[in-house]
Amino acid sequence: MNRIDALFARLKSEDRRALMPFLTAGDPDLATTAALIPELARRGADVFEIGIPYSDPVADGPVIAASFHRALVQGVRVAHVFQTLRALRAEKDATVGETPMVAMVSYSIVNKIGVDGFLDDAAAAGLDGLIVPDLPVEESTPLAEKAGRRDLKLIQLITPATPRPRAAEIARLATGFIYYVSVAGTTGERKALPEDLKENVAWLRTQTELPICIGFGIGSPSQVRELAEVADGLIVGSALIRRLADAANRARADVVKEAGDFVGDLAAALRPGP
Amino acid sequence: MPAPASTSSETPASRSIATGPDALGRFGAFGGRFVPETLMDSLNQLAEAYEEAKADPEFVRELEYYWRDYVGRPSPLYRAERLSKFAGGAEIYLKREDLNHTGAHKINNAIGQVMIARRMGKKRVIAETGAGQHGVATATACALFGLSCTIYMGEEDIRRQKLNVFNMRTMGATVVPVGSGSKTLRDACNEAFRDWMGSSRETHYTIGSVVGPHPFPLIVREFQSVIGREARAQVLEKAGRLPDAVVACVGGGSNAAGIFYPFINDADVELIGAEAGGRGGKPGDHAASLTQGAPGVLHGSYSYVLQDDDGQTQDVHSISAGLDYPGVGPEHAYWKDLGRVRYESVTDAEALDAYAAVARHEGILPALESSHALAQGFKEAARLGPGKILIVNLSGRGDKDAFEVARLRGEPIH
Repeated sequence: MNRIDALFARLKSEDRRALMPFLTAGDPDLATTAALIPELARRGADVFEIGIPYSDPVADGPVIAASFHRALVQGVRVAHVFQTLRALRAEKDATVGETPMVAMVSYSIVNKIGVDGFLDDAAAAGLDGLIVPDLPVEESTPLAEKAGRRDLKLIQLITPATPRPRAAEIARLATGFIYYVSVAGTTGERKALPEDLKENVAWLRTQTELPICIGFGIGSPSQVRELAEVADGLIVGSALIRRLADAANRARADVVKEAGDFVGDLAAALRPGP
Repeated sequence: MPAPASTSSETPASRSIATGPDALGRFGAFGGRFVPETLMDSLNQLAEAYEEAKADPEFVRELEYYWRDYVGRPSPLYRAERLSKFAGGAEIYLKREDLNHTGAHKINNAIGQVMIARRMGKKRVIAETGAGQHGVATATACALFGLSCTIYMGEEDIRRQKLNVFNMRTMGATVVPVGSGSKTLRDACNEAFRDWMGSSRETHYTIGSVVGPHPFPLIVREFQSVIGREARAQVLEKAGRLPDAVVACVGGGSNAAGIFYPFINDADVELIGAEAGGRGGKPGDHAASLTQGAPGVLHGSYSYVLQDDDGQTQDVHSISAGLDYPGVGPEHAYWKDLGRVRYESVTDAEALDAYAAVARHEGILPALESSHALAQGFKEAARLGPGKILIVNLSGRGDKDAFEVARLRGEPIH
């Protein structure tokens, strides 16, 4: 069974929501990424979204765009990212072991490396799915079929700017979980989220059996707690990456601990209260 | 000998064109829409609004009115005698887009798109700009129609095109400096897309070239095709026949698409695109996507791109800010693969020589972008030989480049 399906089945039986931190592979370096993943898993991360750095990420706000840039300046290449993930899976670390990992990757990269080669390497690296933010459903059929043959989920995004009939069609084609984008805009923390967010997610639930995870703009324990009412999972990216922005100048152990503390706070917000 | 069909006043645009795009925005294998889901509905709405506008005689009448009375169209097709003698071969005709209001072909598209934005009820317009010509054209159209205007421009381009920056601000536009990446056109495009991700409900993104996701390559080509329709009719009138070749510079490729498209079914007319060969063939030293790149995805469409093996966009270089771009419009990729258009690269030094030659021999200061087309035009004129006819699209004027050319020559203007 795909690790994503297994996770959400288990969480459903426990009435829990998934916490999904986003990490840029290779920011500040791949060794730190490799140290962060098991630590964050120990501190309550249920799924990882691993951003493969890209030179022109138009869906990303300044925090993640700068993070991608730092990784690329380091010389991080896709093959290195896959090596790092494969090594983590091979360690059989009890916490990382069955934790699902999905790659967030531009179609520019997938296309250039070649769809079959990229998917083979992704599957071999122990990834469980892909988020390809610049590949709308109209263009995604060939990739979805090839990913499916390797038991890789192709996670589709639905946004507040998606008309409902289109959202229903995307939900029909999605696999793994649905990534519901909370705001029309780029990634990055927001103080306030749209008022109709919960209502839109509730409607989406009438259209699909798949788990629905909410991302973009979520950066605090209180937001995570509030959205847990309607979502199956919460994705936190920029708020975590911001804490790693000057990591290159600090001791790795301190960076990993601080990120772990932040994820621990988010995880605590998701635990059923008294 | 001109074939009978080629003297017909019917333009290819009025016949069925095999070049597309199809419903998914594909020109053959190229084009499409590789953008975040957040933008898909806006692109669908834009495609619909464009089709409605195109079918509305009132819209067409108004656009033609502004093109004529405000832009100054039709632009002349000028027989450059002294330049022809200098090049030593074919007769060179210059399509004088430099004489348009705002000094370049960019205004043709900017007015059309801002009129569509107004039709769609958008209050705000954003655009990217490289050399600043599209930024100026968009700021101009926004001033004309009373819409708010924000222009994204790379810091490096702001430095080398400060006259245009000053003019945009004078017309009420906000110019946002982009300091990320290479600080040039590609980065300005990224920032404009990011703005549009969050603002598309009230904002139209006026892309300045035949690049980006569908329907932009279609819309920009259609608005710019006025260049080729006029040139075709003018050469038939002045020379009594179609030209043997048409040359244009290609960055994103809008002036080239505009002049080529109405000739695309004239099989005897050679079409030649001149890319920025920069200072050499190494990655980072040029911006020649078609002659040195490979198919890939950038800024929402599948076309020729300068990328590394991982699909990361490479840095590019050109003396001309308007050609300093690592991608190219998908229809050019299609024409290249069909063999319908030949693409060549022209170096910085060749472009500077052409700039000087046109100034000396014709009293015309061409833009550095257009200087690439002129340099290639000289080579083609010599190859074709006497008795042949060549049209070069003089896409813009060179006032904006005076400071940069002076700096490169080591004689700064104070």
